[in-house]
Order: sequence, then structure tokens, then C-alpha cells
Amino acid sequence: MQNHYETVFIVTPVLSEEQMKEAVEKFRKLILSEGEIVYDDHWGLRKLAYPIQHKSTGFYHLFEFKSDSRFVDRLETEIRRDERIIRFLTIKLDKYAVEYSEKRRAAREGKAEEKVEEKVEENVEEKQEE
Amino acid sequence: MAQNQSEIRYLTPPSVEIKKKKYCRFKKNRIKYVDYKDPEFLKKFLNEQGKILPRRITGTSLKYQRKVSTAIKRARHLALLPYVTDMLK
Repeated sequence: MQNHYETVFIVTPVLSEEQMKEAVEKFRKLILSEGEIVYDDHWGLRKLAYPIQHKSTGFYHLFEFKSDSRFVDRLETEIRRDERIIRFLTIKLDKYAVEYSEKRRAAREGKAEEKVEEKVEENVEEKQEE
Repeated sequence: MAQNQSEIRYLTPPSVEIKKKKYCRFKKNRIKYVDYKDPEFLKKFLNEQGKILPRRITGTSLKYQRKVSTAIKRARHLALLPYVTDMLK
């Protein structure tokens, strides 16, 4: 059964930028080997609400993917084995969640375009005033 | 005389007994999914200690209160929200 899943994990902040990317890349490849990635978002270094393993910050990364349900187990054991990951959460997305994440993505992409449009409009208005 | 009395009554500020009807913000705005990745939004359902507010205060319907509570618990697990705190707001 193909299902829609979402995994968020926190990579320890002691790593350098490259090491962190390598860790993320490892899981990207793992997911790609058995499923398809729908969305991939790096939140960057964030402050944690409470310390985890004596660390107060962490790199958040989100993967939204479609895969077989049996794959989730494999992915999670792989994440547990990896010492660079200090916290993770995998959830199955229902139809409303899929709809929501699609909308959010569209809004984000739309925002970038809207800003450009607004600027154009402003320019037009300025010209008219002249 | 009767008129005078009614005028006096008007001068005093109208009683604050009129309660604003509570409503479920999810039903009103047709939100179907509560996102655990948005801690700022979820903070509306927490008190200063980071505890989940009851339905009787927020007015959320039971269906969405359940979703809110799972979303908050997920956010706590990912350290987006604290489990215990003081002066959250």
C-alpha cells in the first residue's frame, strides 16, 4: 500500500554545515530508494523549546514522501541507529493533511510571485502619479 | 419622573453581562487540518504554563479539540513547544 508520510527530524548542531547536509542526504537517498519524495524542506538551525541531550539548538529537516507502509519501519530503525539525529517524528498524512500541505506549498510559491507583482503595480502607480 | 430614571440608567455604562457567544474557530474558518509545525498558532490553545486549555474556554468543538491536542503533543515531541514552562506569553 502506497501511503503519504511526513518525517521531521532534528540533526545535532555540533556538526558542520557539510556534515549536516551529508546526514540529510543519506536519508534522502534512503527514501528515494523505496519511494518518492513529494516535498523536502530544510528549516535550518532552530532553538529547541527544551534541551535535548544537553543541546539547545538543532537543524530541522522535513521530508514528505509516498512509500510502502513497511518502509517506514526500516526508515525509523535507520534513523534510530544514526547518532546524528537527536529527535524524529513520522506521521501518516490523511487527505486533509495532504490538501493542507499542498495549499501551503502553493501559497509559499505564490508569495514569491506576488511580491514581484506588487512591485510592478507600485511602479505603475508611481508613473501614473507623475 | 419616570423619564428621568430611564435617562439615569442610560448614563451608567451598559452592563457587561452580555456574553459573547463562543464559537469553534475551525468550523468557522473551515480549517480541516491542525498543523503541528506551526507553534505560534498552537500557542492560542495553551495557558502560560504550556498546558492545553479546556474546550469550555476556547470554545473549540470536540472533533477539533482532539486534533488540537494531538498537534500540540507532536509539537512538544519535536521541541517546537515546551512540555513545562512559565510565562509562555
